[in-house]
Amino acid sequence: MNAKTLEKCAPWVLLIAVIVLWQVLCTGLNVSEFIFPSPLRIAEQLNEFKGIIAGHAWRTFWVTMSGFGLAIVVGVLLGFVIGSSRLAYAAVYPLMTAFNALPKAAFVPILVVWFGIGAGPAILTAFLISFFPIMVNIATGLATLEPELEDVLRVLGAKRWDVLVKVGLPRSLPYFYGSLKVAITLAFVGTTVSEMTAANEGIGYLLISAGSSMQMGLAFAGLVVVGAMAMVMYELFSWVERHTTAWAHRGSNAQ
Amino acid sequence: MSDAMKAPFVEFKDVWLAYNHELLAQGHYAVEGIDLQVQRGEFIAIVGPSGCGKSTFMKLTTGLKMPSKGSIRIDGQAVTGPLKISGMAFQAPSLLPWRTTVENVLLPLEIVEPYRGQFKKKRPEFEARARALLQKVGLAGYEDKFPWQLSGGMQQRASICRALIHEPQMLLLDEPFGALDAFTREELWCILRDLQAEQQFNVILVTHDLRESVFLADTVYVMSKSPGRFVVKRDIDLPRPRELELTYSKAFGDLVFELREHIGAVRKPAA
Repeated sequence: MNAKTLEKCAPWVLLIAVIVLWQVLCTGLNVSEFIFPSPLRIAEQLNEFKGIIAGHAWRTFWVTMSGFGLAIVVGVLLGFVIGSSRLAYAAVYPLMTAFNALPKAAFVPILVVWFGIGAGPAILTAFLISFFPIMVNIATGLATLEPELEDVLRVLGAKRWDVLVKVGLPRSLPYFYGSLKVAITLAFVGTTVSEMTAANEGIGYLLISAGSSMQMGLAFAGLVVVGAMAMVMYELFSWVERHTTAWAHRGSNAQ
Repeated sequence: MSDAMKAPFVEFKDVWLAYNHELLAQGHYAVEGIDLQVQRGEFIAIVGPSGCGKSTFMKLTTGLKMPSKGSIRIDGQAVTGPLKISGMAFQAPSLLPWRTTVENVLLPLEIVEPYRGQFKKKRPEFEARARALLQKVGLAGYEDKFPWQLSGGMQQRASICRALIHEPQMLLLDEPFGALDAFTREELWCILRDLQAEQQFNVILVTHDLRESVFLADTVYVMSKSPGRFVVKRDIDLPRPRELELTYSKAFGDLVFELREHIGAVRKPAA
């Protein structure tokens, strides 16, 4: 087995090892499934309730994607404004940092008051938690242009807009894709947290109701599904990143 | 020079520049009392210790900076803003890594008028021109490679092509060969020499390499360190075309030595 295939297999090997260890501990120590269900039990529950879980998972998925889509639009626009104007950068950045430090779970009750129980609060929580990294990365990509290059273009009569479109935006694309990978996982966190208190549907709701009826296997199954969805989306964006901005990753695969 | 009688192409009259209002109020100038007359097609070099205001001088010439005092006229016109008849290249090639070499060279044509308006329509023609220019500087076969697949010297050639693609009347080079090894540097001297001989554009070369300045330029100006001002103007009357062997001749060595002494004098005025 050469180093490359080893690298490819490594996450799966680790996953299997963790599951096996988990199972061994649970059966070996005879842990009650109400306290800590074994992987086998979780798999059973996953299979038994697959219809219900799929329904909740779909709900969580589209809610997350709506919030994430909103985060992309707003994050890119704000990042564009902040990154292209020093004044806007100075004015907006501190406020945004303060805002980002607030726990987004604390917004859920407020959002419920505004939008009622349902998809609204969940979409907005997913959005609130995930737009920040997108905004910061776009702004950074735009704000860190080489001054020489700017001179070369400005002397040709390039307007700020030209410099942004020809240089700034392509330059910030790798940052953008990098931020999407972070943001999508955060968006799932936002949706789930919101659904736990303010929804009648979704994995978050499933977690709470399974927990309150002591169905720990089902609750864990819900967690596994959220994790799997986030991982798939993360891999999707990694793939897009590799195929659209190969020039930024030349260190590893050039020539 | 045959057209020496005509009005100068670049004319600085007692130009002073302070970078901002506070520095101006304190009387700290980056460059002081610059007087300069450059004929059309002339190749001038500005040499001096680092931090002497050479790059400031470039910004003034291209209209990226306005002088605090004095006037600058280029081609008979007072400079009021960025000057589209100039092309620039710096020590760092600063090519865009997501564009191929030929696309990088085409970039100015997407920005500067009148090419900008015709770009979509005439792209094949422009591209052919960019490829021809790249071939001329020895980059045949690398046109469709990305800059990061090229060596430093190749990137710098592409950068010079980018500065020349819109056929500027004036080429401004800020230590363009500073980061290259000695052999590559000499190779690029010859490329620059040939391009200039062929197209007859004005060159303002900022450098701290005296051999480079003497080999390439018609006139060398020595600049002193803060305040930046011209202390010596030296005409280089070595015959053209100049070959690299010339750099080992006595006449050449004497000129370099003479300039070096001026810089020494500039460095320690008390001695």
